[in-house]
Amino acid sequence: MPLALEEAELPAMEMEFQGETLLIDPRGCLVWPKENLLVVSDLHLEKGSSHAARRGSFIPPYDTHATLEQLALCIADWQPKTIISLGDSFHDEDASLRLPQSCRLALRQLMEAREWIWVCGNHDPLPPENLGGTFCTEMMMGPLNFLHEPKPQFRYGEIAGHLHPAAKIRRRGKGVRRRCFASDGRRMIMPAFGAFTGGLNVKDQAYDGLFEISDLQTWFLGKDAVYQIAGDQLVA
Amino acid sequence: MLIAPTGAGKTLAGFLPSLVDLAQTPKPKPGEAKRGIHTLYISPLKALAVDIKRNLEKPIEEMGLGIDVETRTGDTPVSRRQRQKLNPPQIMLTTPEQLALLIANKDAPRFFDNLQTVIFDELHSLVTSKRGHLLALGLARLRSFRPDLKTIGLSATVAEPDDLRRWLVGQPELGEIALSEFVHLQGGAKPNITILDSEERVPWSGHSARYAMGDVYRAIKAHGTTLLFVNTRSQSEILFQELWNINEDTLPIALHHGSLDVSQRRKVEEAMQRNELRAIVATSTLDLGIDWGDVDLVVHVGAPKGASRLAQRIGRANHRIDEPSRAILVPANRFEVMECQAALNANYLGAQDTPPLLSGSLDVLAQHILGTACAGPFHADGLFAEITSSAPYAELSREQFDQALDFVSTGGYALRAYEQYAKIKKTEDGTWRLTHPAIAQRYRMNCGTIVEAPMLDVRLTRKRGKNAAFQGGPILGKIEEGFVESLAVGDTFLFSGNTLRLEGIREAACYVSKAADTDPKVPAYAGGKFPLSTYLADLVRGMLANETERKDLPPQVREWIEIQKLKSILPKRDELLIETFPKGDRYYLVAYPFEGRMAHQTLGMLLTRRLERARAKPLGFVATDYAIAVWGLRDFSAMIDKREITLSGLFDEDMLGDDLEAWLDESFLLKRTFRNCATIAGLIERRFPGKEKTGRQMTVSSDLIYDVLRSHDPNHILLQATRADAAHGLLDVRRLGDMLSRTKTRIVHKGLEQISPLAVPIMLEIGRESVVGEAQEALLEEASSELMRIG
Repeated sequence: MPLALEEAELPAMEMEFQGETLLIDPRGCLVWPKENLLVVSDLHLEKGSSHAARRGSFIPPYDTHATLEQLALCIADWQPKTIISLGDSFHDEDASLRLPQSCRLALRQLMEAREWIWVCGNHDPLPPENLGGTFCTEMMMGPLNFLHEPKPQFRYGEIAGHLHPAAKIRRRGKGVRRRCFASDGRRMIMPAFGAFTGGLNVKDQAYDGLFEISDLQTWFLGKDAVYQIAGDQLVA
Repeated sequence: MLIAPTGAGKTLAGFLPSLVDLAQTPKPKPGEAKRGIHTLYISPLKALAVDIKRNLEKPIEEMGLGIDVETRTGDTPVSRRQRQKLNPPQIMLTTPEQLALLIANKDAPRFFDNLQTVIFDELHSLVTSKRGHLLALGLARLRSFRPDLKTIGLSATVAEPDDLRRWLVGQPELGEIALSEFVHLQGGAKPNITILDSEERVPWSGHSARYAMGDVYRAIKAHGTTLLFVNTRSQSEILFQELWNINEDTLPIALHHGSLDVSQRRKVEEAMQRNELRAIVATSTLDLGIDWGDVDLVVHVGAPKGASRLAQRIGRANHRIDEPSRAILVPANRFEVMECQAALNANYLGAQDTPPLLSGSLDVLAQHILGTACAGPFHADGLFAEITSSAPYAELSREQFDQALDFVSTGGYALRAYEQYAKIKKTEDGTWRLTHPAIAQRYRMNCGTIVEAPMLDVRLTRKRGKNAAFQGGPILGKIEEGFVESLAVGDTFLFSGNTLRLEGIREAACYVSKAADTDPKVPAYAGGKFPLSTYLADLVRGMLANETERKDLPPQVREWIEIQKLKSILPKRDELLIETFPKGDRYYLVAYPFEGRMAHQTLGMLLTRRLERARAKPLGFVATDYAIAVWGLRDFSAMIDKREITLSGLFDEDMLGDDLEAWLDESFLLKRTFRNCATIAGLIERRFPGKEKTGRQMTVSSDLIYDVLRSHDPNHILLQATRADAAHGLLDVRRLGDMLSRTKTRIVHKGLEQISPLAVPIMLEIGRESVVGEAQEALLEEASSELMRIG
């Protein structure tokens, strides 16, 4: 059953992509109501606390906890049937083993009674230990193709992560920089969902060749709203 | 007095006489009474005392001396403190506040009756504040217990060593000066300091140095262990998070500042000792004497604000006298580039700009008088002689002393009617005693001089909004109350690496929840914490005036100054440049005194009053460390041309007379200063067993008292103390006065059609504070609605 935006009363923004209606949640996840699907990318679990496990908790505490808590809120709001974690879900190959017990339980609870798909990323090329879910390198659904790293050769309907897109505008001498979704209508790149993950400006050369610049649109993640801003408004 | 460069081993040298003495003293036989404290070591920082204990125990153990060393700080558990009183260690490492508590005890004479030596570490940093005043009075007390007491002062290089030498020994009659012995070790390897040479563009203004994060991260990767210094807690939080955002290699990077929970701090310190960290982001809690061993790079983010402070911080790298320290300065904006270059030149020249010593403050005196009474009855004459033997109070007049005594016994003239202010009374035998034993208990809760920033516990609550629970919850650390008070419920801020959302303040705690925002509402940078030193300011002015002094600046900054020369004026070293120009629908007046933010803040208040009177319709002003900008509705240039206002009249020294008085009458700042003095002097209490007062509650009652005293007792001792504080602290009137008299006939004015290059940084500061939180959202909305129109 597709989700109804009015009912949810969430400040998500509707957008058309490859003929499908998608919703962008200001917290950084993507919802595909028709398929009852929720997508998050680049959770980077255990990025900060990886060393904490071994050496005492002097490194940023709670980053995994914070990320999962946020994810739980999104899941509670959208009640998706399927969840795709679009790669770099764990910061390194051992990260899933180091999950603190409380986080492991929290994650299991989120995965319960849902289809959970781990797409592999460059940080986590192998399936997570003892967590279940489906593990794959790419996931095709209808016109959309979910994978971690965008492929330089041109592909329609690709939804990727990896680059942690952020964008910046300048208005009346003041700059505002936010994480964002970026798309030219052919490909879409999702922002990183995890705490302690930085952003890379979409004007950076790392994006060269990925978008048709004249068609580039960005969706800034605001506090309680999403703002669509055209590529020609952006600054480096 | 031992002055030596960092890494020379001066702390251990300071302990040597005590170690020799203790090693030669036969151990007490079983059953024989312990001999009490032999050596007292006093450091400005708790962390330093802990560190010294580690460094001292090792040689003691290796030599098999069997000497017991213990720390006693605010973090020491009460049970251990009690045990220490009954069974004191031979060497006790402590802080000025703990000393004040120890001597305010009736057992103090017995506790210290075997005391041979007191060692003051980092004395240069202790003596410049009220803490130093209280400590000097405590030392005078110890000296009256033990007239032959040996004092040892340890210090980094200072401008006036004689000030410290005087401080260490009892002062004779007024007019004479006694000095301690003096050992000055010169030399040390010249540090290797560079200013970050970034490919990125250095921003005009701001304090985050975000542009340089990539460079800083690469530097961390290229070195073994790096110490990163910043000036404020909020900067340390930002830097820490920015570094973690790009920490692709998950390098162990830790955070250390005074507001973090003590167990968290200890963990970081221990990890550092074990060499497990690659980098540590720290505020001034770490910039004194702590030996971190294998640090091989110091990165200083933001301008150091003073040449001596920079030298001290850079001394942290290597910490061995024969090897040069390696340091990189990372200026956050273009003025800071100039400041860093100036500091760099100064460090090479070995220049020192430690602030001058001030005479002892009266509120501290009042606290000490009460503390003395807590220990036992005293004679006024004896106490006066004891107090004037300490260097900061050597010039205290008997009249002022009697006024302080009167204050402690009655509250002073205007408060005489209220019994609660009568804390001591004169008895028939001529001694002064406490009126009630409970006062001693209250004194112990209120002792100390650090009230500038009342701290609140940061407690985590799980629920948000209306349902938030205001009790229990884990404590994440402590935070300045003043900062929390500037926030509204729902605002977010960075703390110990988390973005937190304020849910409310209850008693001595602020309740927060975890926020999802990655862009917290960061506090406006309080650059005023360390104002630009006079010495460094002069060097920066020299750099503007003189092309040859600019030769080492990076090209983009040099070019900026050259364009200023073309478009406007570069002031000479002793000139004050004032520019006026229109922008938008407003007119601006920008002056460049380079006297630090506090002095500029005061100047701004006074200038706007004067412009108001001249009907120039000023609307507001903004002050930075370097400049001040005033804006208004009338054309300043035209008014100056028509001689409706004259700049020499506007910047006349007489503004420090009536205008200052009038402003202080209305200002909130003086009330806050009064609150601090009243707290130190014991007029109002900050803590009471079970019900801690927050700073806000104190403000209410202290404001009332302030008004009463101003109208009925304008010469009250606490008003004297308040005015003295205002003159050099919060308002920096002294420095403003120096500047006005220096530039009296040397004001140069340039009327411009548009903003000058030099004015760009301060113009960007205007309204900077409004573009957080909701304002950012508004800009985004504006940008997206434009798109809709185009679409």
